[in-house]
Amino acid sequence: MKILVPVKRVIDYNVKPRVKADGSGVDLANVKMSMNPFDEIAVEEAIRLKEAGKADEIVAVSIGPAKAQETLRTALAMGADRAILIETDDDVEPLGVAKILKAIAEEEKPGIVMLGKQAIDDDSNQTGQMLAALMGRPQGTFANTVEVDGDSVTVKREVDGGLETVKLTMPAIVTTDLRLNEPRYASLPNIMKAKKKPLDTKAPSDYGVDIAPRLKTTNVSEPPVRQAGDKVEDVDALVAKLKSLGVA
Amino acid sequence: MSEIVSEGGMDADTFAQFTDQLKRYVRERLMPAEEQVLEDDAIPPDLLGEMRDMGLFGLTMPEEYGGSGMNVPQYIETIRVLSYALPAYRSITSINLGMVCSALKNAGTEEQKSEWLPRLAAGEIACFGLTEPGSGSDSAAMATTAKRDGGHYVLNGSKRYITNAPHAKLGLIMARTNPESMPKNAHVSAFLVDMETDGITVGKPDKKMGQRGSHIADIYFDDVRVPADALLGGEEGRGFATAMQSLDNGRLSIGAASCGYARRILDTALRYSGERKAFGETIGNFQLIQAMLADSQAELYAAECMLRDAAAKANKGKAIIEAASAKMFASEMCNRVADRCVQIHGGAGYLAEYEAERFYRDSRIYTIYEGTTQILQLVIAKNMLRDFASGAAA
Ligand SMILES: Cc1cc2nc3c(=O)[nH]c(=O)nc-3n(C[C@H](O)[C@H](O)[C@H](O)COP(=O)(O)OP(=O)(O)OC[C@H]3O[C@@H](n4cnc5c(N)ncnc54)[C@H](O)[C@@H]3O)c2cc1C
Ligand SMILES: Cc1cc2nc3c(=O)[nH]c(=O)nc-3n(C[C@H](O)[C@H](O)[C@H](O)COP(=O)(O)OP(=O)(O)OC[C@H]3O[C@@H](n4cnc5c(N)ncnc54)[C@H](O)[C@@H]3O)c2cc1C
Repeated sequence: MKILVPVKRVIDYNVKPRVKADGSGVDLANVKMSMNPFDEIAVEEAIRLKEAGKADEIVAVSIGPAKAQETLRTALAMGADRAILIETDDDVEPLGVAKILKAIAEEEKPGIVMLGKQAIDDDSNQTGQMLAALMGRPQGTFANTVEVDGDSVTVKREVDGGLETVKLTMPAIVTTDLRLNEPRYASLPNIMKAKKKPLDTKAPSDYGVDIAPRLKTTNVSEPPVRQAGDKVEDVDALVAKLKSLGVA
Repeated sequence: MSEIVSEGGMDADTFAQFTDQLKRYVRERLMPAEEQVLEDDAIPPDLLGEMRDMGLFGLTMPEEYGGSGMNVPQYIETIRVLSYALPAYRSITSINLGMVCSALKNAGTEEQKSEWLPRLAAGEIACFGLTEPGSGSDSAAMATTAKRDGGHYVLNGSKRYITNAPHAKLGLIMARTNPESMPKNAHVSAFLVDMETDGITVGKPDKKMGQRGSHIADIYFDDVRVPADALLGGEEGRGFATAMQSLDNGRLSIGAASCGYARRILDTALRYSGERKAFGETIGNFQLIQAMLADSQAELYAAECMLRDAAAKANKGKAIIEAASAKMFASEMCNRVADRCVQIHGGAGYLAEYEAERFYRDSRIYTIYEGTTQILQLVIAKNMLRDFASGAAA
């Protein structure tokens, strides 16, 4: 069974993002970029399934600029077997990504497409769901545990107030939640081995799908600065204060 | 700051990818485990296993011997990054990566290299025995002897303060093969000693001022018979020269430990300056505190630049003056930064509950081993005077 793992190059989760002065987006010049943390969890889960003998090949795929090669190399260093870069400098929206992934899935015929539930840059949380709809295949989103058995995959989903279990017939789409696993670090020996693993480069046009943007971002702004609180002496003062503010 | 030179080492992309992972590993795994290491006075076995898997014991061994083939600047940068965390993590890898690896690379026979380098790269631990109860800075005055006896050498004597001795599988041991002291210290030879050989006893780990989780101990040799092919390079009288060849790297490694740790210390001082209030303000607003922070940053930046330059020079050949200068300056700088960090913490800086107190104790060793500051002053001055007299000075 083959697992396809899409990975996205995003602003590093430790970096404090800065909004461009003209409000057109986040300033990415000279900012550290890394693999989307949810995608790391997806790569890790795929590797664990392979280590458990449930999968035999892991293909990592990224849609993005030439630099996304670094992200793919990280996936390879963690343990993916080969990688495909669909190189584009354009902003590809979740729907465009889902269309390209569908085309790749038709070629590669994976048993599972394992995606992060969302990317930490745009927080869309759509790609996996859109892909499932386009492919007409079952989906298990917000995965907390993943078990493969024969031609089905059982996913425990993180839902409000607990876990929901769904059993999907493969090929299936799974999106990973934070608690699914703790991704490994790429070791130096594996980083060196990864250099020799195959990485194909393609263009969106190779897949003949329409990825023209449907959305227009009108403005991006910094979150409002939190106002400092007030200290009050005692409960009476608190009640008086709340009354004066009209909240009690 | 300037780029890390990749000449003769790993390619720049691979190195960058690794340092990225290492920075995360330091922040997410090594630093959170520090409390545990301090409490147990040992690195937890699982974590040590993880460090082995990460490849941290194989940085400098050539690829064909199971290592990663880093050049000097890459190795030194890696140590700097690693040294943001507790010093014990560097210490456990340091003898494998530094002295013993360079001695084997520079002077080992093919059999010795293929026997030991892959084992060291995989994380079997090595120690280096030079210092003795009666000789430290004046190490050539050593008393430990190795006498040829047919197909063996017989070692007698003792070594003191030997890092990793309690954990070591391999000891690179310096001993006299000639009772008389000879020019260029040709009375000293180096031996690759399996530490499980009969007649070797390792003393109890010494109680130290700092560097908890890292261990030093005495090693006693009582009629220890080692096969003749344990003689490094198969040639007597080359031991000292070999050790001296590796000194540049060893000194740069302490320079890197000092710079990495000083960055951690300064970050801690900055954090405290932004939190602690006195006279109604955070103390970072006081100019006298700012002066301490600014001096620390300027000196640390200078040390980082020296270290990078000296490592690039050592990559091309000998860099005795540069490596000694970088080690001397960086280690003294680290102590000054640690001292200021204590001062900035006020009374809290004196308490074991705060990291500042530990930083101060941990830093203290850096001006002592791999050449005391005084010995390095002698090295720098002697080499300068010699170069000047021979017209080699630029
Ligand atoms: C934690 C730790 C780990 C160590 N690890 C190892 C190890 O793995 N392997 C190993 O072989 N050794 C190791 N050592 C030993 C270390 O290298 C020596 O302690 C160091 O070289 C100094 O030698 P000494 O202690 O004998 O001091 P001494 O040589 O007795 O020096 C005492 C003082 O005299 C000064 N001095 C000496 N000679 C001169 C001179 N000519 N001019 C001016 N001043 C001088 C010194 O600078 C120093 O201030 C370790 C020591 C420690 C504390
Ligand atoms: C072992 C020990 C014993 C002690 N014994 C006693 C005792 O018996 N009785 C007692 O009452 N106290 C005692 N103390 C407390 C001690 O007097 C205080 O720790 C000391 O006065 C410093 O105050 P602080 O720790 O609050 O530091 P802080 O006042 O928080 O100072 C932090 C840093 O800010 C600097 N700073 C503060 N204000 C300014 C400013 N305006 N401009 C520039 N820099 C500034 C300080 O110099 C210091 O570097 C003891 C402390 C210790 C560690």
